[in-house]
Amino acid sequence: MNSVIIYTVVSLSSLGALFAIILFVVARKFRVFEDPRIDQIQEILPGANCGGCGFAGCRNFAEALVKADSFEGLNCPVGGASLMTDAAEILGREAVLTEPLIAVVRCNGTPEHRPRTSNYDGARTCTIAHSLYTGETDCSYGCLGYGDCVVACKFDAMYMDPETGLPVISDEKCVACGACVKACPRTIIELRKKAKKDRKIYVSCVNCDKGGPARKACKVACIGCGKCVKACEYDAITLENNLAWIDSMKCVFCRKCVTECPTSAILEINFPPRKERSSEPAETTAGKTE
Amino acid sequence: MLKTFPIGGVHPPENKISADKAIADLPLPSQVVIPISQHIGAPSATEVEKGQTVKAGQLIAAAKGYVSANIHSSVSGKVTKIDQITDSSGYKKTCVVIDVEGDEWLESIDRDERLVSDIRLSGEEIVKKCLEAGIVGLGGATFPSHVKLSIPQGKKCEVLIINGVECEPYLTSDHRLMIEKPDEIITGIRLLMKALAVDRAMIGIENNKPDAIAILREKCSRQEGISVHPLEVKYPQGGEKQLIKALINREVPSGGLPIDVGTVVHNVGTAFAVYEAVQKNKPLFERIVTITGKSISNPGNYRVRIGTPVSHLIEAAGGIPETTAKIVNGGPMMGKALNTPDVPVVKGTSGIILFDKQESVRPASGPCIRCSRCITACAMGLEPYLLMVLAERSMFEKAETEKITDCMECGSCSYVCPAGRPLLDYIRFGKSQVMKMMRERKAK
Repeated sequence: MNSVIIYTVVSLSSLGALFAIILFVVARKFRVFEDPRIDQIQEILPGANCGGCGFAGCRNFAEALVKADSFEGLNCPVGGASLMTDAAEILGREAVLTEPLIAVVRCNGTPEHRPRTSNYDGARTCTIAHSLYTGETDCSYGCLGYGDCVVACKFDAMYMDPETGLPVISDEKCVACGACVKACPRTIIELRKKAKKDRKIYVSCVNCDKGGPARKACKVACIGCGKCVKACEYDAITLENNLAWIDSMKCVFCRKCVTECPTSAILEINFPPRKERSSEPAETTAGKTE
Repeated sequence: MLKTFPIGGVHPPENKISADKAIADLPLPSQVVIPISQHIGAPSATEVEKGQTVKAGQLIAAAKGYVSANIHSSVSGKVTKIDQITDSSGYKKTCVVIDVEGDEWLESIDRDERLVSDIRLSGEEIVKKCLEAGIVGLGGATFPSHVKLSIPQGKKCEVLIINGVECEPYLTSDHRLMIEKPDEIITGIRLLMKALAVDRAMIGIENNKPDAIAILREKCSRQEGISVHPLEVKYPQGGEKQLIKALINREVPSGGLPIDVGTVVHNVGTAFAVYEAVQKNKPLFERIVTITGKSISNPGNYRVRIGTPVSHLIEAAGGIPETTAKIVNGGPMMGKALNTPDVPVVKGTSGIILFDKQESVRPASGPCIRCSRCITACAMGLEPYLLMVLAERSMFEKAETEKITDCMECGSCSYVCPAGRPLLDYIRFGKSQVMKMMRERKAK
């Protein structure tokens, strides 16, 4: 009886020792060196794996940062400047800061502006609806309203407004990862430069039709008249395919184009209300102190 | 037992309301809108200018490239504009707009109704005539016919198959054509046989058209090499691959063409158009269109000039009934709903169907219950439920290996799905993405 226990203990212990030696040798022999800084960087990254940096996930981006000689072209839009400075500090390199961006929906086709002309009863996703036909309104460029972008957003920064039928982007939550831009089959969403106080001026339309049909389909469509191009003193507006586009890098927020636009296709957002011409200086101070 | 294809298929209610309505000429509209791209392949290049007067049959857009087709004016009148105009897809396409003035045809066209049955031209000349006349497959796919008639090197056509199946419910345009113009169709078939250098032709007709079968049988008894074959009534019997399998028991390989198994398939409508082009010198500028629906007051089959607004056609059939909820361009299984009736009839328009509310509503979509009815229904032997999931999750590589490109979009899977899943919508999207992927790979 005793001998059975002794044999068991001895044989199992020797097997254990043997395997331990094998494992030790293998671990030594096939050891993969991994830069500990990758883990460090990954620690400070947001960990959402949103793909906004252009890499498959946060780990991939961390590897790319460690491997890269300079931070040129590498940016985590979620963490922004503070994160990139921290990462630069860990790696002992110089931080290259990129302008923060924000997503905007370039369509203002609410049911009021853009009357519904047909009814869609197929699969409720934008990709399918877009592959099947032009949409429930006469505008074949505008928002379809089934919310593929909202589903794609990993930061809870979007929702569909039931009244307008258009997606709404939260300025606080949007990190400009670009997932919604990719999800939209009609490339309505655009990443634009984030300005002070989240101010925005943009052409809220992507309709490339000529003026007549565009206006017929939607009251607030860009008709490609070119008035805004002439009004802009900073060369920030270009007109292509009957559609105006404001370069957010050049725009100085003078708001001249907004008043010029005959169809109110250009939107100004988060600006203080306009006042009479006489109190113009007051307006600027009001803007500053707000 | 009647011949048919062995796997899949469904039996939708036939509803051939307009089957006994003789083909009537539709009165000319006041204006026609002729898109310059009505076929598969490159859009044609416009040959006319604004303000120019044209005659019916005059070339207004010339084929650009090999897979393309000429477009002819369908009326006489003045070109008022060449502009981007909404077509049946809802998107804007380049169209030639002509204001109708009188009805003057080109002098070269023989307007006599008499049959011209003796063939004077050689095979090559017939193909050239088809190219000049802008003939495309009138079954609905609108593939340029001259391409199908030019057999690639190393391939041999043994038998010509003529598609008179018309398996789509409601549609009756081919049916009426077979009853009213059998001699012309047979001459057209002889022309096609000569162009392809074959001595055997088979006409496949679904057994629900006994009158057409009888009349063509009788006419064919005097013709060497042409035979008529009644087929079991089963959708999609009129699919090219299904028809080949049913008639000559050969299977077109995946990604292949009928010529790979030694055959070419043409529609009866195309045979008739070839007859008119070769024997009467008349380009393809009108076609037979069925206008039908359960509550429409005057359903019928009309000979319609290309470019006529669909609304004009509906007007002739008694206008849009109040109860109409959906206007479908094509058959109920494969056709597409129209955004507006103000779109032109094109070469591929075989019918316009007006559906009432209860007929047109799609069932609410639920989760897949794994009943596998879609697999049983698929005539191509695919797994629609799987293809849908793959398309939904953007797994296009996997969808390619599951042969999503073999889908002919007949809609049988969506038709039988008890959970009302929009199978075809997703498969069609997945197919387009896979095709895009394949094109990009080829370009590399």
